[in-house]
Amino acid sequence: MACTRALARLASKRTGMAIRPAGFARGFASVSDTSAREPVSKIAEKIVPDPARTVVPESKTSTVKEPQPDKDSKIKTFHVYRWDPDQPSEKPRMQSYTLDLNKTGPMMLDALIRIKNEIDPTLTFRRSCREGICGSCAMNIDGVNTLACLCRIPAETNKESRIYPLPHMYIVKDLVPDMTLFYKQYRSVKPYLQRDTPAPDGREYRQSKAERKKLDGLYECILCACCSTSCPSYWWNQEEYLGPAVLLQSYRWIADSRDEKKAQRQDALNNSMSLYRCHTILNCSRTCPKGLNPALAIAEIKKSMAFT
Amino acid sequence: MVRYTGLQKDVLALYRQCLRAVRDKPSATRSNFRAFARAEFRKHISISKKDFSTIEYLLRRGRNQLESYHDPEIRNIYQ
Repeated sequence: MACTRALARLASKRTGMAIRPAGFARGFASVSDTSAREPVSKIAEKIVPDPARTVVPESKTSTVKEPQPDKDSKIKTFHVYRWDPDQPSEKPRMQSYTLDLNKTGPMMLDALIRIKNEIDPTLTFRRSCREGICGSCAMNIDGVNTLACLCRIPAETNKESRIYPLPHMYIVKDLVPDMTLFYKQYRSVKPYLQRDTPAPDGREYRQSKAERKKLDGLYECILCACCSTSCPSYWWNQEEYLGPAVLLQSYRWIADSRDEKKAQRQDALNNSMSLYRCHTILNCSRTCPKGLNPALAIAEIKKSMAFT
Repeated sequence: MVRYTGLQKDVLALYRQCLRAVRDKPSATRSNFRAFARAEFRKHISISKKDFSTIEYLLRRGRNQLESYHDPEIRNIYQ
């Protein structure tokens, strides 16, 4: 699946692709290929049954304009999910902002920071490293969970961008989701080296190159929760199912040659909910902004448990 | 006898938990904690009974607050 996606991306010949080597294409989780499908968030508002939870659409809220538009400005509209915990009885709403792309950086995070700095200081979102290494700015942009700092702003100004927080998470404010449960789940897989015996030479725990290679594609995970919150299985069973991100981390410790509690780790997952709620939907691998493959890690856990 | 809905029972249960948690605090500052808990509930007393999503949100926030203020390191509270 990842392969077909990569091919589709190469075929779509996006602007800016030419200057970047093809190898980098996967690293930038750009969502400029959304023309292939309508963003889920756009229809989701219509199918949510509870009227108290629906979002006030942008057509019913005011638009905050770019301060001083120039003659040749490239004005693009951003619809941003807003909700203020200090007015808890008020519905969440979509607020529109227009920005001149000539004065804005290339990434969605630059747009958000510019909105916060120059237009509306009440907009709230998490951000830190602005280069895709901290995982703070995970959000749902044009229907795809991704890091705002790795997501290019689509250049065409006639299309409007829609920015939501991570789906199916409790919201603290605006674009900030409550990650408490996610971190609790992460803690539950004991993400640290468990050993009883000291190293044979009394110094470091050594690994062969082959053993170290098994951890490639696992240790790069930054726990941004993009994959977990894109998984329908995780949406409906958040309390019990661990979700792709945490299972990938679990496999990172199961696969580690230095860890001695492999059996206990597998035992902890051996129930109908923790692991086996994964139905290989593969949304996780599709959405991962770091280009990792949580679905493969989950499949490896399943395989290792089937053969022991 | 008043019959409560599930949500109302949840709210009452949280209120009860909060008042009981006050007992774990040092006796000198208990009245502060009790006043704080009562004030937090009273602040949102005007919310409509049918505003379920708001009540659910406040319940969730209340539970989080209870968990963090229940920490024995927290010995006094000011409003």
